[in-house]
Amino acid sequence: MQDAAHGALAPDAILTVDHLTMRFGGLTAVDDVSFSVRDRSITSIIGPNGAGKTTVFNCLTGFYKPTIGRLALRHGGAVHLLERMEGFRICKEARVARTFQNIRLFGAMTVLENLMVAQHNRLMVASGFSLLGLFGAASFRAAERAAIDKARFWLDRVGLTDRADWEAGNLPYGDQRRLEIARAMCTDPALLCLDEPAAGLNPRESASLNDLLRTIRDSHGIAVLLIEHDMSVVMEISDHIIVLDYGRKIASGSPENVRNDPAVIRAYLGEEEALPPEIAADLEGGR
Amino acid sequence: MATVTEASTPHRGTDVITAAKEAAIAAGVMAVLALPLIGFILVDVAGGVTLRTRFGGVLTAAAIVFVGRFVIAMLRGRGAGPIAHLTGLVTRRVAGWGAGRFVGPALVGFAVVLPVLPFSDRYIIDLGTSVLIYVMLGWGLNVVVGLAGLLDLGYVAFYAVGAYSFALLALHFDLSFWACLPLAGVFAALFGIILGFPVLRLRGDYLAIVTLGFGEIIRIVLLNWQDFTGGPNGLSSIPRPSFFGAPIGRSAPEGQTPFHEFVAPVMEPIAALFGGEWGFDAIHRIVWLYYIILALALVTNVFTLRIRRLPVGRAWEALREDEIACRSLGINPTNTKLSAFAIGAMFAGFAGAFFSARQGFVSPESFTYIESAVILAIVVLGGMGSQIGVVVAAAFLILIPEFGRDFAQYRMLLFGLAMVLVMIWRPQGLVSGREPSVRLHAERR
Ligand SMILES: Nc1ncnc2c1ncn2[C@@H]1O[C@H](COP(=O)(O)OP(=O)(O)OP(=O)(O)O)[C@@H](O)[C@H]1O
Ligand SMILES: [Mg+2]
Repeated sequence: MQDAAHGALAPDAILTVDHLTMRFGGLTAVDDVSFSVRDRSITSIIGPNGAGKTTVFNCLTGFYKPTIGRLALRHGGAVHLLERMEGFRICKEARVARTFQNIRLFGAMTVLENLMVAQHNRLMVASGFSLLGLFGAASFRAAERAAIDKARFWLDRVGLTDRADWEAGNLPYGDQRRLEIARAMCTDPALLCLDEPAAGLNPRESASLNDLLRTIRDSHGIAVLLIEHDMSVVMEISDHIIVLDYGRKIASGSPENVRNDPAVIRAYLGEEEALPPEIAADLEGGR
Repeated sequence: MATVTEASTPHRGTDVITAAKEAAIAAGVMAVLALPLIGFILVDVAGGVTLRTRFGGVLTAAAIVFVGRFVIAMLRGRGAGPIAHLTGLVTRRVAGWGAGRFVGPALVGFAVVLPVLPFSDRYIIDLGTSVLIYVMLGWGLNVVVGLAGLLDLGYVAFYAVGAYSFALLALHFDLSFWACLPLAGVFAALFGIILGFPVLRLRGDYLAIVTLGFGEIIRIVLLNWQDFTGGPNGLSSIPRPSFFGAPIGRSAPEGQTPFHEFVAPVMEPIAALFGGEWGFDAIHRIVWLYYIILALALVTNVFTLRIRRLPVGRAWEALREDEIACRSLGINPTNTKLSAFAIGAMFAGFAGAFFSARQGFVSPESFTYIESAVILAIVVLGGMGSQIGVVVAAAFLILIPEFGRDFAQYRMLLFGLAMVLVMIWRPQGLVSGREPSVRLHAERR
């Protein structure tokens, strides 16, 4: 039931988290959590509200410095220790991209511009740190066209091509969620971290989200780390699930194992009571 | 707007009452304020000082405020609707035509021919030069405030650095204006980076206060570093810009040809054609200065328009929208902000060098906080990030005090009134509307 090989990097793991602990004053939001994410897999983190899921993401992506712990990411033949890296380098060098629980788009900019900003570092080099760009060098124009093509590719994937020139802030909620995923993908990530991407989506939209995440894993070979409350998404697409409660990892394993784990059922329901019908339905949903 | 009008029609009675209530409160506040300010006056009577009262004045002030407030409150539901709608329509049109399509070229054309228009005299060309300095400063600050969203209240510091750089280089090393211009820009940009480095991790209000402080520090250093900057007396006999090496003046130093002789082979026949005579005229220098600042301002404009469409420009705007999202996309926020700060400062440096060359004299008095406030007001009133808006607002803010010269005491009052009116009717600035830096689909119109 527990992940094997803490301390050493498992050979097929892209991310290994060891003894991650995050304290805010007296509150321990994440308490000695260890897990790993296999390459080309979808790993979900679930748990009740306030369990510390988003805090794990914030530690991974450099927004918080963990109190204790090692976060090792393997990419491009090197191992990056994320806990020591400056926030923006985690995306730039270790190639970890993320989305946010409360969507963070560049609201006054267009959909396409949001995707261009995501390709900033490559375009910046191509524009000769703006010098070549100012004079409209051909090499820069080619790089910009390539960036637009990449943006268009992801717009097609998430079905936003028609709205490419809309202001991002004017998009409906579901479109904003998908745009945020497309934006993260435009950074060419090795690991994609999604914080509740299905929140507020209708059933049809969350079904197409499942397809999108599978494509990202299977066709693009990218590992996905997913926080999600919607069990129909989690149970259906996860390869591996980690359950947090009060900051501690209480279970992990395949969807099948986790669903039947008594500790998980207790965490979601409190003490030995019967399942409330809607949770039971949720848990059944994935079958 | 229409719904507001319809909704308010049936309740006209209650409207009047609420408006009157609002007006009464405002008048009460005014009366309290006016009591010490207007109500009492010290007069010099036969060598002694006595206290007189002017309660009539207090009442008048309160009455004016009552009426004004009442009218504004009544207009808000109705009259202001159509006005706001109309100004909105006009400015959206202006923004819609785009700076590039119609309004921009027309304005540039007007600016180019202004000195030869029949009504142009020394005063008008000089005024045009002043407006253009502020247009240039506004465009420079627009990079920092409008694009990068960094509220900089000390922009005038970089203007001062540019002005003193040129003055000192010219006086100590005998360098010409054209050699110093790039150097002044570089120095100002360096100052931008040095000042920016420690403060750019601050946000919003905090950044505003620290930049305000830095602006004052620069001015106070200039004021007190007597040996280097001349202290409050400033620096004088700063050389004027030459015309491709030919100084503009009645006579030139040994070995140089003055401007009017330099261009005589071309100008004499032209002047003869119109039945005039070609010779030295003091207006030559004013026209030449006007064209220099016009060129500098246009360079600033083209540069900022282009850089907005480059990755760094988009990163500035993204940073303004959401810094956290930027970091999650691998954008280095410090470097990106510093580049905005440095580029904004560089243009202030150019403008500063021009300013000291034009005046022939600089002193710390020209670089007070009020200057920063005026430049910021130009950017905000014009509509953040809008190039045309800056021109409109600069013309507005510089010309209003000029036309108000006859009642000079009330210039600041007029200035304040104009700001209040704009903020009531167009809180988003005179010209608003953002042009995307890149499009996927051709624009439909
Ligand atoms: N910056 C912070 N300062 C103090 N406490 C924090 C901070 N961030 C998170 N916490 C606390 O840490 C705990 C875990 O929060 P977290 O946001 O990680 O939960 P979550 O599992 O994402 O919950 P949800 O499902 O509601 O999103 C909460 O008690 C929260 O109040
Ligand atoms: Mg959360």
